[in-house]
Amino acid sequence: MSTNSLTSTGRAGDSGDKIFSGATLAAGGLILAVLFSVAVFLLVQALPTFSADPAEITGGAGFGSYILPIVIGTVIAAAIALLIATPLGIGVALFISHYAPRRLAQIFGYVIDLLAAIPSVVYGAWGYAVLAPQLAIAYAWLAEYLGWIPIFEGPASQTGRTMLTAGIVLAVMVLPIITSLSREIFLQTPNLHEEAALAMGATRWEMIRMAVLPFARPGIISAAMLGLGRALGETMAVALVLSGGALQASLIQSGNQTIAAEIALNFPEAFGLRLSELIAAGLVLFVITLAVNIIARWIISRHKEFSGAN
Amino acid sequence: MSKRIDVKDLNVYYSKFLAVEDVNINIEARSVTAFIGPSGCGKSTFLRTLNRMHEVIPGARVEGEVLLDGDNLYDAAVDPVTVRSQIGMVFQRPNPFPTMSIRDNVLAGVKLNNRRISKSDADALVEKSLQGANLWNEVKDRLGRPGSGLSGGQQQRLCIARAIAVSPQVILMDEPCSALDPISTLAIEDLINELKNEYTVVIVTHNMQQAARVSDKTAFFNIAGTGKPGKLIEYGETAAIFSKPAEKATEDYVSGRFG
Repeated sequence: MSTNSLTSTGRAGDSGDKIFSGATLAAGGLILAVLFSVAVFLLVQALPTFSADPAEITGGAGFGSYILPIVIGTVIAAAIALLIATPLGIGVALFISHYAPRRLAQIFGYVIDLLAAIPSVVYGAWGYAVLAPQLAIAYAWLAEYLGWIPIFEGPASQTGRTMLTAGIVLAVMVLPIITSLSREIFLQTPNLHEEAALAMGATRWEMIRMAVLPFARPGIISAAMLGLGRALGETMAVALVLSGGALQASLIQSGNQTIAAEIALNFPEAFGLRLSELIAAGLVLFVITLAVNIIARWIISRHKEFSGAN
Repeated sequence: MSKRIDVKDLNVYYSKFLAVEDVNINIEARSVTAFIGPSGCGKSTFLRTLNRMHEVIPGARVEGEVLLDGDNLYDAAVDPVTVRSQIGMVFQRPNPFPTMSIRDNVLAGVKLNNRRISKSDADALVEKSLQGANLWNEVKDRLGRPGSGLSGGQQQRLCIARAIAVSPQVILMDEPCSALDPISTLAIEDLINELKNEYTVVIVTHNMQQAARVSDKTAFFNIAGTGKPGKLIEYGETAAIFSKPAEKATEDYVSGRFG
């Protein structure tokens, strides 16, 4: 009769605890399994491309010279989108969180979130039918007066369906992601620090620079990276807007292509080696996105000591 | 560099709610004045009206005058930013900027408005301010480290250094020791005693012994009941308030019979 009475608890919550921890473990495992199977799929299917005779690859000069132009195109499109959307998104988020009267801020927030709900094919159609013709006029001007800068070299596209237009459409698409995330972070700035700045005689903008932006910095980077993820992978809008072609420096002529659009446009008719090529392109996109995320993590962790987490 | 404060017929409102009613008080330059009273009596609210920090809360407004050496803080042409740069504030919880080093925290107020300051001047100011806050010896070897790595008491003294770095006329302290241990509290109290040689200090405290230890004059605030406005009941020399107060409510409070 030396049973330890402390061993049996008899509490009803015990089984619930086990079920819950099992469920979370299963969910976590599922994510890894999906990610792993996608990676394996990409690798296996892409393999024939890497072992194929370079002359058989599209372009006839091997996979490297096939993929490089569209990698650059992808990066350019995403970079344009981020360059426009990040400052704009931060500005809009600050307006909502710190400047606008409360009611206006709420309405504004809803409208921005609504932008995120618009399907990308609609953005593509809008970019193609509305934005591009308007921008064509601006491109003609750019080509005439700033044509000496390589990225604005003429002759400008008559239709406006260029890399710059695609980048601008992408910027509009990632804007709500960056704005909503930044706004949430800005609202979480400790009151304590905002008051510290104000009590020293900071104006509102100085307070934002002193207390809000440093606090929000990791969040802004994460928001931009999520936006970048969407911009890198966006297919439909780019496929509709961009009149693709060979790589070139000018952003206001037709030409250039992104990986995602290249895959989408060619996938339906592809078979055999061509199919493998496109999947290899997808693998490259996968690696780029992974690299971007790792770099973002590294940037955030570099300043951990000063993050206020301690 | 210290100025006196005269408050005339001040009412403080949060939207329509009258939070503090009809305060008249004269605070001498180069002295320590303590505000005591039960929770919710409006002493912190009143303190914040002395540098217009209450305006941070939407709907907060005042009627009446607060004169800093005769200049009304609430004159329509006065920018609250100017007021706050002359009347510094130390808060209940230490709030150094977590993303800044100790040195940058001290210089934060000085660097506002893009004022340029040479490195040697900045170094001198950092040393002077930290010495003024009795913190220099503890942090002089790690000025580049984050301010958030210090202990609570050190952080609070860093906040005081930050406040005095801009050479304010007045320093307001809103329960500066309530989040600190007794040793750190003692350090802050010693510091307050030194600060009054150069600054006008106004301190809100829940700790009556603290008020008795640090202040020259004490103001007792009270509230008749929930939803009623807080009022200034009695104001006088600290010794008198604690030994022979004129009002019954003051006597009850300082003798610990309520609140």
